[in-house]
Amino acid sequence: MIQFLIDGLVNGSIIALGAVGLSITYNVLRFANFAQGEVLAVGAYVSLALVSLMGVGIGRLGPISLGWPLLGSMVFSMLVTCLLVLGVDWVLFRVLRQKQASRITFIIAAFGVSMMVRNVITLIAGGDQLFYSFYIPKAIKIMEGVKILPDDLLILFITLISVISLHVFLNRSTMGKKMRAVAENPALAMVSGINVERVFKWSWILGASLAAVAGTLHAHITQLDPEMGFELILPMFAALVVGGVTSVYGAVLGGLLIGLSESFAVAGGGAAYRGAISFMILILVLVFRPQGILGEKERDD
Amino acid sequence: MIEVISYLIFFLIICSFYVLSCLGLNIQYGYTGMFNVGVAGFFAIGAYTSALLTGPRYPDTVVGGFDLPIVVGWVAAIMVSGLAGMLVGLITLRLREDFLAISTFGIAISLQLVANNVDSLTRGPNGLYALPKPFAKVSDNPLIDNLLYLLLCLVLVAMVYLALERIVKSPWGRVLRSIREDEVAASAMGKNVFSFRLQAFVVGCAIMGLSGAMYANFMRFISPQDFMPIFTIQVLVMLVVGGKGNNLGAILGAIMIWTLWSASDSLISVMVTPDFQTQAAALRLITIGVVLVLMLIFRPAGLLPEKNTQS
Amino acid sequence: MSKARIILEVDQLTAGYVSSMMIIEDVSISVREGEIVTILGPNGAGKSTLIRSICGLVKYTEGKVRFRSKEISGLSTHEIINQAIAYVPQTNNVFSRLSVLHNLDLGAIANPDFRKERLNRMFQLFPDLQKYQETKAGKLSGGQRQMLALARALMSNPELLMLDEPSAGLSPLLRRQVFEHVQRIHEDGVTVVMVEQNARAALKVSDRGIVLSEGKLRLEGPADELLEHPSMREIYFGAAPGN
Repeated sequence: MIQFLIDGLVNGSIIALGAVGLSITYNVLRFANFAQGEVLAVGAYVSLALVSLMGVGIGRLGPISLGWPLLGSMVFSMLVTCLLVLGVDWVLFRVLRQKQASRITFIIAAFGVSMMVRNVITLIAGGDQLFYSFYIPKAIKIMEGVKILPDDLLILFITLISVISLHVFLNRSTMGKKMRAVAENPALAMVSGINVERVFKWSWILGASLAAVAGTLHAHITQLDPEMGFELILPMFAALVVGGVTSVYGAVLGGLLIGLSESFAVAGGGAAYRGAISFMILILVLVFRPQGILGEKERDD
Repeated sequence: MIEVISYLIFFLIICSFYVLSCLGLNIQYGYTGMFNVGVAGFFAIGAYTSALLTGPRYPDTVVGGFDLPIVVGWVAAIMVSGLAGMLVGLITLRLREDFLAISTFGIAISLQLVANNVDSLTRGPNGLYALPKPFAKVSDNPLIDNLLYLLLCLVLVAMVYLALERIVKSPWGRVLRSIREDEVAASAMGKNVFSFRLQAFVVGCAIMGLSGAMYANFMRFISPQDFMPIFTIQVLVMLVVGGKGNNLGAILGAIMIWTLWSASDSLISVMVTPDFQTQAAALRLITIGVVLVLMLIFRPAGLLPEKNTQS
Repeated sequence: MSKARIILEVDQLTAGYVSSMMIIEDVSISVREGEIVTILGPNGAGKSTLIRSICGLVKYTEGKVRFRSKEISGLSTHEIINQAIAYVPQTNNVFSRLSVLHNLDLGAIANPDFRKERLNRMFQLFPDLQKYQETKAGKLSGGQRQMLALARALMSNPELLMLDEPSAGLSPLLRRQVFEHVQRIHEDGVTVVMVEQNARAALKVSDRGIVLSEGKLRLEGPADELLEHPSMREIYFGAAPGN
């Protein structure tokens, strides 16, 4: 039982980190970014590319089956994902903003981008599954019937640090405050002297950085394949909705809850229905409590 | 020569399935502004409904194999897809566009999961086979059979098109457009916005269901692999390119994109070695994505924009 | 009375929201430092469009706008605001789900120096805001929200304050309070340009008035002269009742 709890939290952490980016895009840039899953995938693949380039394997940190090579690559992949999303925003979404395109157009565009990125990955890396390493880490027994992988602890730790950093950024930094103003009322923010386009750029950066981390960690505990982004987008949206679309912390909470739900669903019914559970929860929340757990009733815009 | 004609007939038949699905999406997205990301799902519902009703008894399924006439299968497909559309609509249509998109996306994925896993119903990845085909035994020549089938398809497409054109020009259609443009104003005028959107959604799903049934009985074999998200993307691009809010645009877009798709398919299988087939297919998808994005930026109304009918 | 320098100059401005339909045409005005200028006119005259254009919210291709002799045409809104201009829109002018204090903080984000002092000054001018500083802005009454909207704008320490119908939707008592506040703000040294429907009340506190009608400038002059001007009734068939 506790095993599933831990697995659920670990998976949930990854979903949470990805969902944060989704939440930021949704609240600041005002559209549902269907391409977010692909940002995670790019993060994972770039980490793989760098680690392969270095040629020393992903390293080891004591009992943890990854080390500085992978962590370093992960940090670098953050740079790549940021450049990617900024580039796509510059070329596509910014243009759509200038044309005052409808919200649906943005969603369709994101859909198109996600398909393109997914297939660029296939083009470059091929369609087969890939792995960071084939080393199977040893689980540590912490109590009767409960084993924990050292890697799990690292993932939880990284997630904690990320969430704390996010909190500090949003509440203490000037850019964070500007971001919250733009999320609240972009027209008024502009009129208060805030450079809204700059805020958009930072929103992309924030979301993409966390996505790179999430993607790499996810690929470490499962595998890499071009469809990984597509498989993560529904759980991330479910996390967003469950936690409350208007709250970034809701995305984190939602991610953990979705992770736990998936874990228990697998325990109960088998791995195949993992995808369906996110969807069911999503629909239930949308119908019965659309504002989610931490969200507020939405602005009408 | 015979091969060319045979291929052309096959091409046009498949094209008509896309045309119908695109017309269905046009009612939902083009006319009413509802982005249904689950097109493949409703197509699948139609296909499986007809397959289970018209197909033979399989040893390993619990339901199905009623061996009913194809007509029954297709009518049932329309109704079941429409019903599914109604259920989905009741739950999701009050939501804003983003959430409608996410929900229909989730539904398509869930339906795929069901198709893949509920073996007792769908035989999972093994699919349903030996489905009856219209005009199968009319003549000795499969070419004639297919030609007859093509005629059937064209008749159905024409009927659906004419029906839709009448509907959208009617007061009902005008209300749909007013809802799309300004929902608040429309409801202030006393129109039950939700009811109209639901009707449009159901009609669209029903049409998609029909095309799914037509697909199933033509191909004689369906499996979950036939209903992947790529189908939704294809139909979407067809509509965006052809012109949303314009039924002729939907038809044009479907023909154009399907032509490009088939042509690139042939090109890939001829020119690309097996090693690189995956990559080539990926390149094709990237291209279609670029087309979609370019249309959204430069010509969002599509090649045949919506006609401004003064009311 | 020595003539103060011109702080805002609008030169033959033509602007609209769609290229096929211009809302204001060939409008030229100038505002001197330390003035209170009211822009008047019936509904649809283009008053809001004029100040929105000055702020860069409406793009214009004909005409120029200069602030402190520096051309600001074509600059983005945030760049214009950062020139020490503040703008209070007519609606949606507070961050509803953020607290009063948070709103004021955001007002200062363009100009963070001396934030504390200005905050105190705002609390002096608008005691209710101090009392309700932790309340979410959306929960304030209409009048209090308007005060907050004004205060938010003032937190950036602007030289030029532009107000879009500050008294709209308020009771006569609150209306009077708003104009009193405008006067006090003005005494602090801020140049004020306001768009108003309530002609008489606004002109009473203004130095000068400018009358727009159907997108064109019809009349301008000292406020007291305008009040008596015979054409006012003719141009201004939407004169506010009960002034």
